Amino acid sequence: MEHFVEIDWQKVDEIIEKYNGNREALLMIMQDISDIYNYVPPDVVPVLVNKLGVRESLVYRVATFYKTISLEPRGKYIVNVCTGTACHVRGADKIMDALEEHLNIKEGQTTDDLLFTLQGVRCVGCCASGPVITVNQKTHGGLDRASALETVKFYDQCVS
Amino acid sequence: MVKLENREALKNLRNSLQTKFQESKKKLISLCAGSGCGAYGTTKVHEKLMAELAEQGLENEVEVKLSGCHGFCEKGPIMVIHPEGIFYPQVQEQHIPEIVEHTVKNGELVKSLIFKDPATKKKITHEKDVPFYKLQKRIIFGNNGIIDPTNIQDYLSVGGYAALEKALFDMSPEKIIDEVKESGLRGRGGGGFSTGIKWASCRKHEGERYVICNADEGDPGAYMDRSLLEGNPHSVLEGMIIGAFAIGSNEGYVYVRHEYPLAVKNFSMALESARELGLLGKNILGIGFDFDIFISRGGGAFVCGESTALMASLEGNPGLPRAKYIHTVEKGFRQNPSLLNNVETWANVPVIVNNGADWYASIGTEGSKGTKIFSLVGKVMNTGLVEVPMGTSLRTIIFDIGGGILKKKKFKAVQTGGPSGGCIPEKHLDLGIDFDELTKVGSMMGSGGMIVMDQDTCMVDISRYFIEFLKDESCGQCNPCREGLKQMLDVLNRICEGNGREGDIELLEELGGMLQKFSLCGLGTSAPNPVLSTIRYFRDEYVAHIKDKKCQAGVCKPLFYYEIDPELCNGCTLCAKRCPEEAITGKKKEPHELNQDKCIKCGICYEVCKFNAVAIR
Ligand SMILES: Cc1cc2nc3c(=O)[nH]c(=O)nc-3n(C[C@H](O)[C@H](O)[C@H](O)COP(=O)(O)O)c2cc1C
Ligand code: SF4
Ligand code: SF4
Ligand code: SF4
Ligand code: FES
Ligand code: FES
Repeated sequence: MEHFVEIDWQKVDEIIEKYNGNREALLMIMQDISDIYNYVPPDVVPVLVNKLGVRESLVYRVATFYKTISLEPRGKYIVNVCTGTACHVRGADKIMDALEEHLNIKEGQTTDDLLFTLQGVRCVGCCASGPVITVNQKTHGGLDRASALETVKFYDQCVS
Repeated sequence: MVKLENREALKNLRNSLQTKFQESKKKLISLCAGSGCGAYGTTKVHEKLMAELAEQGLENEVEVKLSGCHGFCEKGPIMVIHPEGIFYPQVQEQHIPEIVEHTVKNGELVKSLIFKDPATKKKITHEKDVPFYKLQKRIIFGNNGIIDPTNIQDYLSVGGYAALEKALFDMSPEKIIDEVKESGLRGRGGGGFSTGIKWASCRKHEGERYVICNADEGDPGAYMDRSLLEGNPHSVLEGMIIGAFAIGSNEGYVYVRHEYPLAVKNFSMALESARELGLLGKNILGIGFDFDIFISRGGGAFVCGESTALMASLEGNPGLPRAKYIHTVEKGFRQNPSLLNNVETWANVPVIVNNGADWYASIGTEGSKGTKIFSLVGKVMNTGLVEVPMGTSLRTIIFDIGGGILKKKKFKAVQTGGPSGGCIPEKHLDLGIDFDELTKVGSMMGSGGMIVMDQDTCMVDISRYFIEFLKDESCGQCNPCREGLKQMLDVLNRICEGNGREGDIELLEELGGMLQKFSLCGLGTSAPNPVLSTIRYFRDEYVAHIKDKKCQAGVCKPLFYYEIDPELCNGCTLCAKRCPEEAITGKKKEPHELNQDKCIKCGICYEVCKFNAVAIR
């Protein structure tokens, strides 16, 4: 499936501007762009190269090194299942299994309708409330299989 | 806010806020807005509370404060009503009308909301009497529950920036460094290096010096740094300004994980208000000292917590560590002398300056001074952040503060030190923990993660889990780590799948030894710890996996099966109802049977049976 996003170039410029075009801020600029589109559209790369005066290879190296950046489109809702140690010993893998089954995708994949991306993350810092998942920026704690499914179904309803 | 031009102005402002705070007779509701409580719905509770207070015409009589993490996150959202200190855990929207009607208006308790200690079943009404808090010593974390982290005046009202004042006006940079040295403070980020010595050595090197705060908090299961940045950002900030003055730096950075949006937000606000007051910026308090701090957000790479990788990342590059022939205190960020300390280390600095090195050194053990915040999580009754003096025993932390193991199960091990730490068995529970003692038993302090494991945790699976984590996080720059971790993971995977071979344990030990000796950075050299420590203490479990093809904890699916014990099963039918595969059959009040061919080993029956009738074989 091909996906096109309409890039708001003015926004991109504003973001670069916010960091004064500082090349040290490359990662943060990509994160801010990611916050809008849920990924870094490859069309943005030449603009970053130009405005920050960095090599194209650096942009790709940074984009692939850091987990928060994706060059592939991700879903509207990014579901992060914490697989950190505290959540692991409290059964995070069972939650991942249940969500994989429900969304019919594997960890790291995005549903065909571009609604959900399912990811494992190493710890979101709410370890006392484990197992934990986050959906975009919102954290849901104290989950088990059933309540994790309910949470994700809730977002499903938000769109339909 | 007016910019503070000199010492007098700061002193006057602080004094007046302190007096106001101490003399205030107003009812104060402190509602935890930390991330943990947030995950249980603080926002809704807060909205409802404000609406209810307005409806009752109480909005001017009662002050509501959204505080940072109180530490007892498991019981969130947490509410404490002052001046009495009434403690309500797990407050939900629907409880608000009762709380306002009874407690706020009439000073009466809402019986159904009072905290019941899960260990003793006793009801406890005041925050200070809750066993989880009672045995703690909260010199770093104590103000978290009292102040609104987004309000600098709150921090001043509990004596904030008094240490900065003392450092700038009554102490020389050398004196500050000596004080930190004598306090015995050791870095809280993992290595445990003497903070004072590090400062002194950075000051010695010429160049544009930088102070940096490591808030990458990579250790999964630990979140004290997050809670400090969110709940008391000014304490970290104050520490950094003092550090900058001591080593002679004009620019600082906080490297914080992108996954911590609230920490970024609260710390940014702290920076703004400190700038407004003139505690950051040009000519701080009129003494001609310039210093400012910037935030840099990391991108979810564990290795970026390592000092040289962190600095590479700050420069906008992939976070690859480098060999440390030259230390970062000499050539670090932008090739200049750089002083990197952990969040909690920075937060200790104002406490030391305020109270003096002698006072600080009187807390803790011979080699480790002060307190440490631990993140007590996993299979323990009370989970949360626990601050105790160094030297407190594991038993006190897990059983007295933590209330023991969940569901009356049996303690098996506690994992400290993060992914590259080790698992400590029951026989060492009386160990007084500090940097050196933990190293002696094959683990380490790390950043203070403490993950409790019970009989249902498989030690082979846990070490497989850590090696998988580290293999994913390895930057791949050097061979021993990149290839060694892959090999170790292959061996562990085959053991967990039931294909373990004679000699695999020895092979793991050999690979581990190689990694320890030849890896380039700390990730690789410490990576084998979880494997080596579990082999050291739980060799039997490895042998059972390899020789008998058994996983007694019921984790490695090919190595066990569930069976219903007809002696214990009373036929309550619960498991049969819950089984997703309809693998369990039987008549009501008669022992049930489990069909192995249908069972997918999801473990639901094992979890739901109240009579321990589902057995792992
Ligand atoms: C792989 C690796 C990850 C690390 N992660 C962190 C971290 O997340 N936070 C931290 O403060 N220190 C971390 N450290 C330790 C830092 O390299 C450094 O020693 C520390 O930040 C220094 O501050 P301190 O002296 O105040 O502890 C890590 C080290 C290694 C080798
Ligand atoms: S030890 Fe591992 S993480 Fe460290 S530099 Fe080598 S490959 Fe990278
Ligand atoms: S483990 Fe799961 S599938 Fe197997 S019998 Fe129990 S509930 Fe059914
Ligand atoms: S839940 Fe336990 S007691 Fe009840 S039928 Fe199942 S095995 Fe028997
Ligand atoms: S381990 Fe899951 S939030 Fe920290
Ligand atoms: S977040 Fe509320 S107590 Fe920790």
